[in-house]
Amino acid sequence: MSGFNPYSVIFYGLGLIVLASSLLAVTRRNPVHAVMYLIASFLGTAAIFYLLGAPLLAALEAILYAGAFMVLFLFIIMTVKPEAEGKRGRARARRWLLPAALAGVSLFLVLILVGADPGGRTLLPAAMAQPAAFGRVLFERYWFSIEVASFLLFVALVGALYLGRRMEDPTEPTVGGER
Amino acid sequence: MIVPFGHVLILAGAVFLIGAVCTMAHRNLIMILVGVEIMLNAAGLAFVAGSLHWWRLDGQAFVIFIMAAAASEVAVGLALFVYSERRTGSMDADDYDVLKG
Repeated sequence: MSGFNPYSVIFYGLGLIVLASSLLAVTRRNPVHAVMYLIASFLGTAAIFYLLGAPLLAALEAILYAGAFMVLFLFIIMTVKPEAEGKRGRARARRWLLPAALAGVSLFLVLILVGADPGGRTLLPAAMAQPAAFGRVLFERYWFSIEVASFLLFVALVGALYLGRRMEDPTEPTVGGER
Repeated sequence: MIVPFGHVLILAGAVFLIGAVCTMAHRNLIMILVGVEIMLNAAGLAFVAGSLHWWRLDGQAFVIFIMAAAASEVAVGLALFVYSERRTGSMDADDYDVLKG
Protein backbone atom coordinates (compact mmCIF):
# COMPACT_ATOMS: atom_id res chain seq x y z
CA MET A 1 0.00 0.00 0.00
CA SER A 2 1.57 3.22 -1.09
CA GLY A 3 -0.47 5.68 0.89
CA PHE A 4 -3.60 7.37 -0.33
CA ASN A 5 -4.63 6.45 -3.83
CA PRO A 6 -7.88 7.71 -5.35
CA TYR A 7 -8.22 4.66 -7.60
CA SER A 8 -8.15 2.20 -4.71
CA VAL A 9 -10.68 4.29 -2.77
CA ILE A 10 -12.97 4.22 -5.81
CA PHE A 11 -12.49 0.48 -6.17
CA TYR A 12 -13.37 -0.30 -2.55
CA GLY A 13 -16.39 2.00 -2.71
CA LEU A 14 -17.64 0.29 -5.86
CA GLY A 15 -16.98 -3.11 -4.34
CA LEU A 16 -19.09 -2.21 -1.34
CA ILE A 17 -21.89 -0.99 -3.62
CA VAL A 18 -21.80 -4.22 -5.64
CA LEU A 19 -21.80 -6.42 -2.54
CA ALA A 20 -24.57 -4.50 -0.80
CA SER A 21 -26.86 -4.29 -3.81
CA SER A 22 -26.34 -7.99 -4.60
CA LEU A 23 -27.21 -8.90 -1.02
CA LEU A 24 -30.30 -6.70 -1.11
CA ALA A 25 -31.35 -8.19 -4.45
CA VAL A 26 -31.01 -11.73 -3.15
CA THR A 27 -33.03 -11.14 0.00
CA ARG A 28 -36.02 -9.41 -1.64
CA ARG A 29 -39.30 -11.28 -1.86
CA ASN A 30 -40.69 -9.22 -4.70
CA PRO A 31 -38.84 -10.07 -7.95
CA VAL A 32 -39.31 -6.52 -9.28
CA HIS A 33 -37.40 -5.05 -6.34
CA ALA A 34 -34.71 -7.70 -6.76
CA VAL A 35 -34.25 -6.77 -10.41
CA MET A 36 -33.98 -3.07 -9.51
CA TYR A 37 -31.21 -3.77 -7.00
CA LEU A 38 -29.56 -6.02 -9.54
CA ILE A 39 -29.36 -3.14 -12.02
CA ALA A 40 -27.37 -1.17 -9.41
CA SER A 41 -25.12 -4.16 -8.89
CA PHE A 42 -24.44 -4.55 -12.61
CA LEU A 43 -23.74 -0.84 -13.08
CA GLY A 44 -21.24 -1.03 -10.22
CA THR A 45 -19.59 -4.01 -11.87
CA ALA A 46 -19.42 -2.07 -15.13
CA ALA A 47 -17.58 0.74 -13.32
CA ILE A 48 -15.15 -1.78 -11.83
CA PHE A 49 -14.54 -3.18 -15.33
CA TYR A 50 -13.68 0.33 -16.48
CA LEU A 51 -11.38 0.80 -13.51
CA LEU A 52 -9.60 -2.48 -14.30
CA GLY A 53 -8.87 -1.38 -17.86
CA ALA A 54 -11.71 -2.85 -19.91
CA PRO A 55 -13.76 0.06 -21.29
CA LEU A 56 -15.42 -2.02 -24.02
CA LEU A 57 -16.53 -4.66 -21.54
CA ALA A 58 -17.79 -1.93 -19.20
CA ALA A 59 -20.00 -0.58 -21.98
CA LEU A 60 -21.20 -4.08 -22.88
CA GLU A 61 -21.95 -4.83 -19.24
CA ALA A 62 -24.06 -1.70 -18.89
CA ILE A 63 -25.86 -2.26 -22.19
CA LEU A 64 -26.35 -6.04 -22.02
CA TYR A 65 -26.72 -6.90 -18.33
CA ALA A 66 -28.16 -3.72 -16.86
CA GLY A 67 -30.08 -2.87 -20.00
CA ALA A 68 -31.23 -5.85 -22.04
CA PHE A 69 -31.34 -8.72 -19.54
CA MET A 70 -32.98 -6.80 -16.74
CA VAL A 71 -35.59 -5.28 -19.04
CA LEU A 72 -36.33 -8.81 -20.27
CA PHE A 73 -36.72 -9.96 -16.66
CA LEU A 74 -39.10 -7.08 -15.95
CA PHE A 75 -41.16 -7.87 -19.04
CA ILE A 76 -41.52 -11.50 -18.03
CA ILE A 77 -42.32 -10.68 -14.41
CA MET A 78 -45.02 -8.28 -15.49
CA THR A 79 -46.60 -10.60 -18.05
CA VAL A 80 -47.22 -13.35 -15.51
CA LYS A 81 -49.43 -13.05 -12.51
CA PRO A 82 -47.51 -11.44 -9.65
CA GLU A 83 -47.33 -13.83 -6.76
CA ALA A 84 -45.57 -13.00 -3.54
CA GLU A 85 -43.18 -15.66 -2.47
CA GLY A 86 -43.33 -17.19 0.94
CA LYS A 87 -47.05 -17.71 1.43
CA ARG A 88 -46.24 -21.21 2.51
CA GLY A 89 -42.83 -20.22 3.70
CA ARG A 90 -43.12 -21.40 7.25
CA ALA A 91 -39.65 -22.91 7.02
CA ARG A 92 -38.17 -19.77 5.47
CA ALA A 93 -35.38 -19.37 7.98
CA ARG A 94 -34.45 -23.02 7.72
CA ARG A 95 -34.45 -22.78 3.93
CA TRP A 96 -31.83 -20.02 4.09
CA LEU A 97 -29.72 -21.55 6.81
CA LEU A 98 -28.05 -24.38 4.92
CA PRO A 99 -27.10 -22.40 1.77
CA ALA A 100 -25.78 -19.55 3.94
CA ALA A 101 -23.68 -21.99 5.97
CA LEU A 102 -22.28 -23.57 2.80
CA ALA A 103 -21.47 -20.14 1.38
CA GLY A 104 -19.79 -19.11 4.62
CA VAL A 105 -17.52 -22.16 4.55
CA SER A 106 -16.73 -21.53 0.87
CA LEU A 107 -15.92 -17.88 1.53
CA PHE A 108 -13.62 -18.92 4.37
CA LEU A 109 -11.80 -21.30 2.01
CA VAL A 110 -11.52 -18.55 -0.63
CA LEU A 111 -9.98 -16.22 1.93
CA ILE A 112 -7.47 -18.88 2.97
CA LEU A 113 -6.54 -19.71 -0.63
CA VAL A 114 -6.13 -16.09 -1.69
CA GLY A 115 -4.20 -15.28 1.46
CA ALA A 116 -1.81 -18.20 0.92
CA ASP A 117 -1.06 -17.19 -2.67
CA PRO A 118 1.80 -14.68 -2.90
CA GLY A 119 0.63 -13.69 -6.39
CA GLY A 120 -2.53 -12.32 -4.84
CA ARG A 121 -0.56 -9.57 -3.13
CA THR A 122 0.82 -8.04 -6.31
CA LEU A 123 -0.69 -4.66 -7.01
CA LEU A 124 -2.63 -4.36 -10.22
CA PRO A 125 -1.39 -1.54 -12.43
CA ALA A 126 -3.63 1.15 -13.83
CA ALA A 127 -4.07 0.33 -17.50
CA MET A 128 -6.54 0.65 -20.32
CA ALA A 129 -7.06 -1.86 -23.12
CA GLN A 130 -7.93 0.01 -26.29
CA PRO A 131 -11.09 -1.43 -27.87
CA ALA A 132 -9.33 -1.68 -31.25
CA ALA A 133 -6.49 -3.78 -29.82
CA PHE A 134 -8.98 -5.89 -27.93
CA GLY A 135 -11.01 -6.52 -31.06
CA ARG A 136 -7.86 -7.51 -32.92
CA VAL A 137 -7.00 -10.12 -30.27
CA LEU A 138 -10.59 -11.32 -30.21
CA PHE A 139 -10.92 -11.86 -33.94
CA GLU A 140 -7.40 -13.11 -34.61
CA ARG A 141 -7.07 -15.61 -31.81
CA TYR A 142 -10.67 -16.51 -31.06
CA TRP A 143 -12.45 -16.28 -34.40
CA PHE A 144 -13.68 -19.86 -34.16
CA SER A 145 -15.07 -19.34 -30.66
CA ILE A 146 -16.88 -16.25 -31.92
CA GLU A 147 -18.55 -18.40 -34.57
CA VAL A 148 -19.51 -20.99 -31.96
CA ALA A 149 -20.92 -18.25 -29.69
CA SER A 150 -22.99 -16.83 -32.53
CA PHE A 151 -24.33 -20.31 -33.28
CA LEU A 152 -25.17 -20.72 -29.59
CA LEU A 153 -27.15 -17.48 -29.68
CA PHE A 154 -28.97 -18.67 -32.79
CA VAL A 155 -29.89 -21.96 -31.13
CA ALA A 156 -31.09 -20.05 -28.07
CA LEU A 157 -33.28 -17.89 -30.31
CA VAL A 158 -34.82 -20.95 -31.96
CA GLY A 159 -35.35 -22.61 -28.58
CA ALA A 160 -37.02 -19.56 -27.09
CA LEU A 161 -39.30 -19.23 -30.12
CA TYR A 162 -40.24 -22.90 -29.90
CA LEU A 163 -40.97 -22.78 -26.17
CA GLY A 164 -42.90 -19.55 -26.42
CA ARG A 165 -45.25 -20.65 -29.20
CA ARG A 166 -48.97 -20.69 -28.57
CA MET A 167 -50.19 -24.09 -27.50
CA GLU A 168 -53.29 -24.96 -29.50
CA ASP A 169 -52.94 -28.69 -29.66
CA PRO A 170 -55.84 -30.06 -27.57
CA THR A 171 -54.24 -33.48 -27.27
CA GLU A 172 -51.37 -32.06 -25.29
CA PRO A 173 -51.81 -32.88 -21.62
CA THR A 174 -52.17 -29.86 -19.38
CA VAL A 175 -52.01 -29.67 -15.65
CA GLY A 176 -53.70 -27.23 -13.35
CA GLY A 177 -54.91 -23.89 -14.62
CA GLU A 178 -55.11 -23.71 -18.41
CA ARG A 179 -55.21 -20.26 -19.89
CA MET B 1 -1.31 0.89 -8.76
CA ILE B 2 -4.91 0.23 -7.87
CA VAL B 3 -5.53 -2.73 -5.55
CA PRO B 4 -3.98 -6.12 -4.80
CA PHE B 5 -5.08 -8.88 -7.14
CA GLY B 6 -6.34 -10.92 -4.20
CA HIS B 7 -8.85 -8.30 -3.15
CA VAL B 8 -10.55 -8.39 -6.55
CA LEU B 9 -10.65 -12.19 -6.34
CA ILE B 10 -12.21 -12.03 -2.88
CA LEU B 11 -14.84 -9.58 -4.12
CA ALA B 12 -15.63 -11.83 -7.09
CA GLY B 13 -15.83 -14.87 -4.82
CA ALA B 14 -18.16 -13.13 -2.38
CA VAL B 15 -20.50 -11.97 -5.16
CA PHE B 16 -20.45 -15.47 -6.68
CA LEU B 17 -21.42 -17.01 -3.34
CA ILE B 18 -24.26 -14.50 -2.93
CA GLY B 19 -25.58 -15.67 -6.30
CA ALA B 20 -25.17 -19.31 -5.30
CA VAL B 21 -27.15 -18.77 -2.08
CA CYS B 22 -29.86 -17.04 -4.10
CA THR B 23 -30.06 -20.01 -6.46
CA MET B 24 -30.21 -22.53 -3.61
CA ALA B 25 -32.55 -20.75 -1.20
CA HIS B 26 -35.28 -19.34 -3.42
CA ARG B 27 -38.22 -21.26 -4.81
CA ASN B 28 -39.36 -18.63 -7.27
CA LEU B 29 -37.98 -19.49 -10.70
CA ILE B 30 -37.28 -15.82 -11.51
CA MET B 31 -35.09 -15.50 -8.42
CA ILE B 32 -33.22 -18.68 -9.36
CA LEU B 33 -32.39 -17.13 -12.75
CA VAL B 34 -31.34 -13.91 -10.99
CA GLY B 35 -28.89 -15.95 -8.91
CA VAL B 36 -27.41 -17.50 -12.04
CA GLU B 37 -26.96 -14.03 -13.53
CA ILE B 38 -25.10 -12.85 -10.41
CA MET B 39 -22.79 -15.86 -10.58
CA LEU B 40 -21.96 -15.31 -14.27
CA ASN B 41 -21.27 -11.66 -13.54
CA ALA B 42 -18.86 -12.53 -10.73
CA ALA B 43 -17.01 -14.95 -13.01
CA GLY B 44 -16.58 -12.14 -15.52
CA LEU B 45 -15.15 -9.90 -12.82
CA ALA B 46 -12.53 -12.52 -11.93
CA PHE B 47 -11.62 -12.90 -15.62
CA VAL B 48 -11.09 -9.15 -16.07
CA ALA B 49 -8.90 -9.00 -12.97
CA GLY B 50 -6.80 -11.91 -14.24
CA SER B 51 -6.49 -10.24 -17.61
CA LEU B 52 -4.97 -7.19 -15.91
CA HIS B 53 -2.78 -9.26 -13.61
CA TRP B 54 -1.13 -11.34 -16.32
CA TRP B 55 -1.19 -8.48 -18.81
CA ARG B 56 -2.98 -10.44 -21.52
CA LEU B 57 -6.23 -9.70 -23.29
CA ASP B 58 -7.42 -13.32 -23.34
CA GLY B 59 -9.27 -12.85 -20.04
CA GLN B 60 -11.28 -10.01 -21.49
CA ALA B 61 -12.04 -12.11 -24.57
CA PHE B 62 -13.52 -14.79 -22.34
CA VAL B 63 -15.86 -12.27 -20.76
CA ILE B 64 -17.37 -11.78 -24.22
CA PHE B 65 -18.14 -15.52 -24.35
CA ILE B 66 -19.54 -15.44 -20.82
CA MET B 67 -21.87 -12.67 -21.96
CA ALA B 68 -22.96 -14.75 -24.96
CA ALA B 69 -23.66 -17.71 -22.67
CA ALA B 70 -25.56 -15.46 -20.27
CA ALA B 71 -27.66 -14.06 -23.11
CA SER B 72 -28.67 -17.54 -24.29
CA GLU B 73 -29.30 -18.62 -20.71
CA VAL B 74 -31.63 -15.68 -20.09
CA ALA B 75 -33.52 -16.21 -23.34
CA VAL B 76 -34.05 -19.95 -22.94
CA GLY B 77 -34.55 -19.74 -19.17
CA LEU B 78 -37.24 -17.11 -19.36
CA ALA B 79 -38.94 -18.93 -22.24
CA LEU B 80 -38.96 -22.10 -20.14
CA PHE B 81 -40.33 -20.10 -17.23
CA VAL B 82 -43.21 -18.73 -19.31
CA TYR B 83 -43.90 -22.23 -20.65
CA SER B 84 -43.97 -23.78 -17.17
CA GLU B 85 -46.03 -20.95 -15.74
CA ARG B 86 -48.57 -21.38 -18.54
CA ARG B 87 -48.85 -25.10 -17.97
CA THR B 88 -48.95 -25.21 -14.18
CA GLY B 89 -50.09 -21.71 -13.27
CA SER B 90 -47.36 -21.34 -10.71
CA MET B 91 -44.02 -19.56 -10.38
CA ASP B 92 -42.86 -21.97 -7.71
CA ALA B 93 -40.22 -24.52 -8.66
CA ASP B 94 -41.72 -26.98 -6.17
CA ASP B 95 -44.96 -27.10 -8.16
CA TYR B 96 -43.29 -28.49 -11.28
CA ASP B 97 -43.97 -32.10 -10.40
CA VAL B 98 -45.86 -33.26 -13.49
CA LEU B 99 -43.70 -36.36 -13.80
CA LYS B 100 -44.50 -37.41 -10.24
CA GLY B 101 -47.54 -39.39 -11.40
